Amino acid sequence: MITIQGKGVSTGVALGPLYFYQRAKNIVSRYEVTDTDAEWARFKAAQEKAIAELGELAEKARAEAGDEAAMLFETHQMMAEDLDYEESIQNAINENKLNAEAAVSDTAAQFAEMFASMDDAYFRARAADVKDVSGRILGILTGAVAGGVDSPVPVILAADDLAPSETVQLDKSKILGFITEGGSGSSHTAILARTMGIPAIIGVGDAMKPEMAGHEVIIDGSNGNILVDADEAARVKMLKKMEEQKKMQALLDELKGKPNVTKDGQSVRIYCNIGSPDDVQAVLKNDAGGVGLFRSEFLYLNCDDYPDEDYQFEAYKKALSDMGGREVVIRTLDIGADKQIAYFNLPKEENPALGNRALRICLNRPEIFHTQIRALYRASAFGKLSIMFPMVTSVWEVREAKKMCERVKKELHDEGIPFDNDVEVGIMIETPAAAIISDRLAKEVDFFSCGTNDLTQYTLACDRQNNDLGRFFNPHHPAVLRLLKTVCDNAHKNGIWVGICGELGADLALTETFLSIGIDELSVSPRSVLPLRQKVRETDVRVVREKVLADLMGDANNEI
Amino acid sequence: MKSFEYTITDPVGIHARPAGVLVKEIKKYASTVTVNKGEKSVNALKLMALMGMGIKQGDTIRVDVEGADEENAAAEIEAFFKANL
Repeated sequence: MITIQGKGVSTGVALGPLYFYQRAKNIVSRYEVTDTDAEWARFKAAQEKAIAELGELAEKARAEAGDEAAMLFETHQMMAEDLDYEESIQNAINENKLNAEAAVSDTAAQFAEMFASMDDAYFRARAADVKDVSGRILGILTGAVAGGVDSPVPVILAADDLAPSETVQLDKSKILGFITEGGSGSSHTAILARTMGIPAIIGVGDAMKPEMAGHEVIIDGSNGNILVDADEAARVKMLKKMEEQKKMQALLDELKGKPNVTKDGQSVRIYCNIGSPDDVQAVLKNDAGGVGLFRSEFLYLNCDDYPDEDYQFEAYKKALSDMGGREVVIRTLDIGADKQIAYFNLPKEENPALGNRALRICLNRPEIFHTQIRALYRASAFGKLSIMFPMVTSVWEVREAKKMCERVKKELHDEGIPFDNDVEVGIMIETPAAAIISDRLAKEVDFFSCGTNDLTQYTLACDRQNNDLGRFFNPHHPAVLRLLKTVCDNAHKNGIWVGICGELGADLALTETFLSIGIDELSVSPRSVLPLRQKVRETDVRVVREKVLADLMGDANNEI
Repeated sequence: MKSFEYTITDPVGIHARPAGVLVKEIKKYASTVTVNKGEKSVNALKLMALMGMGIKQGDTIRVDVEGADEENAAAEIEAFFKANL
């Protein structure tokens, strides 16, 4: 068995024979021409044909992978008719009397070199686009045939680096996965592989040897592992992973578009927790109903200084518009404790989990809070936004935070900036204090969302960062679950909804409990959405409720 | 001539896709559109030259619009930048 490590850029496990991509070679001849006008006409004809072919590819990509993928080929069309590119080819033909092939080849090298020498990795990767477009024109000029996969069975395809047009032209029914020598996570092979759901590993260098062709390889796109001629133990392990993945896909096929309703007709909303606008794709792919927790910290963690209002506005707006009108609950800044940011200059604390964190920072430093709340309300015009405050312990904190919302709404109104006047405002319930006074807090807000990690930590006096506390840190502890029930009852008595956005929400062993106490929304990681939907659909609350509540509220001393 | 300044907010800057859309947008107008960053400037119709400037998130550029329809073109191109870049 040979193990090779690359960089996984599209998740999934695939197993199959290794096949090396057969590339049509453009052999560029170089000679002097006398009739430069005729040579220019040859180029123009090839250019025109290339543009037409790219148009067809754009439509193929649109059908297979959507508008985003199609736009790539439309960009290639524009590169093919770029004024500087054309002018450089024209000069080579007219001034240097070069034949069209050599003129295109030299110009391509020159532009590819310009991109390859740029500082930014993204722009460096664009050298491949220039080569791809030029290769197409050269192929037409020289009459070369397109490369591809010539195999009766599906294969794991290895290549130096596939050009986008090569990726799209492949017969997908023959491809189980991709391995490339070079490439980057933002290369088109990676992007297309992800869109089409085919595992892909890049950057393996020269590790794939020609003599491996035809041998069985297993690739794992989630960690970049490649196994050639895997031994039995490794093979079994990977096959198991593949099986799980198939189950997940089957679940998706079966449950996509189905409601989250129990057998006896009780429904629950299943939303997702995300950390950046880029995660929205995973939310939609897994068919979640909305975003129940959008952690806004990434905006602050990615910057060297306080992110300004416009920068935040753009990020929120993107998430809201990408979610297309589905609800997005954005949690205001939650730093402190385990998440520290240098430019906040927070003094070191003995007990950071009990210290200056989250809403406390926002209330103590209103200028930071003001910027975020303004950005949020401005973004509210572009989708269905809800705002949530973390780390609440008292009613006055909520009132003060809401005052900021009112101030911002008035400002925007006076400045004539559009915003949604009906943005729901809610709080996290993650301290025992908030849970115990949830009857009072419920009168102040539109919803509750229980953060079970912190609620467990504070209720059980167990540091969640401390791995040695293992068996003491028990989120199933009746103290935690009873608090959740109290919160639920108080929310419903006051006509507001209540959700769970901690890891516990995805714990299938507790789904019956959550449904029995009447939780309205569960916000989980995107890949937990469908297993949870399945569990909900299998549950009959009428059957389990009595026992669940007896376990939770009764005086039976079981092992907990 | 009409000019405006804009600071790029897109995380990867003026990359291939938006540059392509920008060229398409600019073709609608009769005016000549020039993108300036520091000492460098390019005709915004030239896709590869535009990408070659390597304009990144946080970079402030100046856009000059000159021609018969500059008034309207500048306003719409500025709106385009705000919406896409």
